[in-house]
Amino acid sequence: MGLVRSGVYFWQGSEACAEAALVVGCRFFAGYPITPATEIAEHLAKRLPQVGGVAIQMEDEIASLGAVIGASWAGVKAMTATSGPGFSLMQENIGYAFMTETPCVIVDVQRVGPSTGQATKCAQGDVMQSRWGTHGDYSAIVLSPNSVQEMFDLTIRAFNLAEKYRTPVVLLSDEVVAHMREKVVVPPIETLEIVNRRKPKPGDTAFFGFEEVPPMPAVGEGFNVAVTGSTHDEYGVRFTADPFVHRRLVERLNGKIQNHVDEIVEVEYFNVEKCDVGIVAYGCTSRAVYDVVEEAKAKGVTIGFLRLKTLWPFPDKIVKRLAETAGKIIVPEMNLRQVYYEVKRASEGKADVVSLNKIGGGELITPEELLEKIFGEVRRG
Amino acid sequence: MNEAFSIKKYLRDLKLPFCPGCGAFTVINAFLRAVHELGYKDLRNFVFCSGIGCSSWIPSPYFLADSIHTPHGRSIPVATGVKLVRPDLNVVVFGGDGDIVGIGLSHFVHAARRNLDVLVIMVNNMVYGMTGGQVAPTTPLKAKTTTTPYGNFEYPLDAVKLAVTAGANYAARWTTAHQNELKETLKKALRFKGFRFIEVVSQCPTAFGRRVGFKNAGEMVKWFRENSIKLEQAEKLSEEYLVAKIVVGEFVERSRPTLTENIYATIMEAQRIGQN
Repeated sequence: MGLVRSGVYFWQGSEACAEAALVVGCRFFAGYPITPATEIAEHLAKRLPQVGGVAIQMEDEIASLGAVIGASWAGVKAMTATSGPGFSLMQENIGYAFMTETPCVIVDVQRVGPSTGQATKCAQGDVMQSRWGTHGDYSAIVLSPNSVQEMFDLTIRAFNLAEKYRTPVVLLSDEVVAHMREKVVVPPIETLEIVNRRKPKPGDTAFFGFEEVPPMPAVGEGFNVAVTGSTHDEYGVRFTADPFVHRRLVERLNGKIQNHVDEIVEVEYFNVEKCDVGIVAYGCTSRAVYDVVEEAKAKGVTIGFLRLKTLWPFPDKIVKRLAETAGKIIVPEMNLRQVYYEVKRASEGKADVVSLNKIGGGELITPEELLEKIFGEVRRG
Repeated sequence: MNEAFSIKKYLRDLKLPFCPGCGAFTVINAFLRAVHELGYKDLRNFVFCSGIGCSSWIPSPYFLADSIHTPHGRSIPVATGVKLVRPDLNVVVFGGDGDIVGIGLSHFVHAARRNLDVLVIMVNNMVYGMTGGQVAPTTPLKAKTTTTPYGNFEYPLDAVKLAVTAGANYAARWTTAHQNELKETLKKALRFKGFRFIEVVSQCPTAFGRRVGFKNAGEMVKWFRENSIKLEQAEKLSEEYLVAKIVVGEFVERSRPTLTENIYATIMEAQRIGQN
């Protein structure tokens, strides 16, 4: 069996992610078993060989992302999937992939932390880790799906962004979205936008600069590419003490993401221009919002809804717009205020930002709890 | 015999960073001579992976070849990804003892177990040299280092025996005093399949030798020569006697199918099942 055909499927989130990876051209997976991300590894272990790709279980998550990076430099699209504890182990190689401009996709199916926490239970506690988890000055691209359809769509987008900007991209899912089953529409493959890394021309020698996103050769193509996580010049030669070379490199690496925020950021929103109260949500938690919009409306409260499909870079502009119109923004999340402070920062004081938090046991924020919060805040004025 | 050996054609036009007397020069010379004698005119079909530490700088970026200089200890996982995607390339890992059997030990054991098709060359200077001479998993008992100022209270690891036990197809140990044997072993290993491990006991006059009583690099190499015992002889000697000796030679040579062979057979099988 080759790639999935266009049609309507009833899939688990993990399965949608794995099938999307195959469609977008991923031909290498390395991972380590971890709840609740194991299904992605299992599905790809079965499916990748069928399309001529390699799936391997490594000795830990450090080795998993290491192998993915090696595969990417060998010329194929590659990914791994994990959850919090494994995501922690991967931080070293995430920084390495950023510094070496290695396209790859890391799926983090969030569970309750810190540490081993509650392995089978849903949470949203890795938002800040996905942005700041590795050391040094870096920028992250992190996408947040809230449905099985988006596990498919955003996996494709994650690869496209990784290839376009030559950088690691995190698909920050959660236990609920990765484990639930829903309808997925797979469009005809030829209608999908699929981005491939730009290759060098014969004779090219600079693969780490001079352009915002330099061309990327593969090993074994005769380019004598020198890859290093140490500070390096445009040719990959190490400069371990030169301040100028370091600034030039790291400012470009951050700039290639920060200068393209508008292209990278995707949000879903409605009533942002006219509302009584705003809600900023993402991932599994955002699913409750659709339920409450109608009910609130019936009771005379218009909700301006902003759903973050891209968590990083943070969608500052539209958050600020919502803050200006809503005056009050509720941020429900299954952590102790991780996106809340970002909304507050982006609001620039134009809205009263309040949080609604719930952690532990995988208990979701219910529509009832949201409604109670909404009406409580409306009453308080 | 082909044309005369010229080391320059395998190197970038950069100044090598090693201290005077460093064993890395011997390793570079032996490796590139082996490559030359096997008839490779350039390093086009090679990919070099290395981690962090002085010996990880041997290929990166000095070899005129593809090289991937990874985080500390992670050269073998990265090499795994490269080799599985491009089984046609010669993937060679260079690393120090701290890199390969300290922080990277788990990757080393598992790569040997899988019989991953790479050659790992571990330059064992018995110390963390780049950071100034701290105790390593290979430091001899009682040796003084900057983090064992009263003498090392741990036993050193025998990486070659570990590679053999874990499943390597080929494993050998020489020292920088055995230039010719090292070159011949490298030639053999480069023609071999599966996981190949070569340990080169090497001198770090800067961060180790002078602290354990050697005046210079030459004295260390002389000590290596005088205290090396061939494996065949060592088998007749007691463990106590061998504690302060270096056992050299080829420890294993076998032809178990490699990871790449096994994995590609699996891919063929999966596709066959898919078609039926």
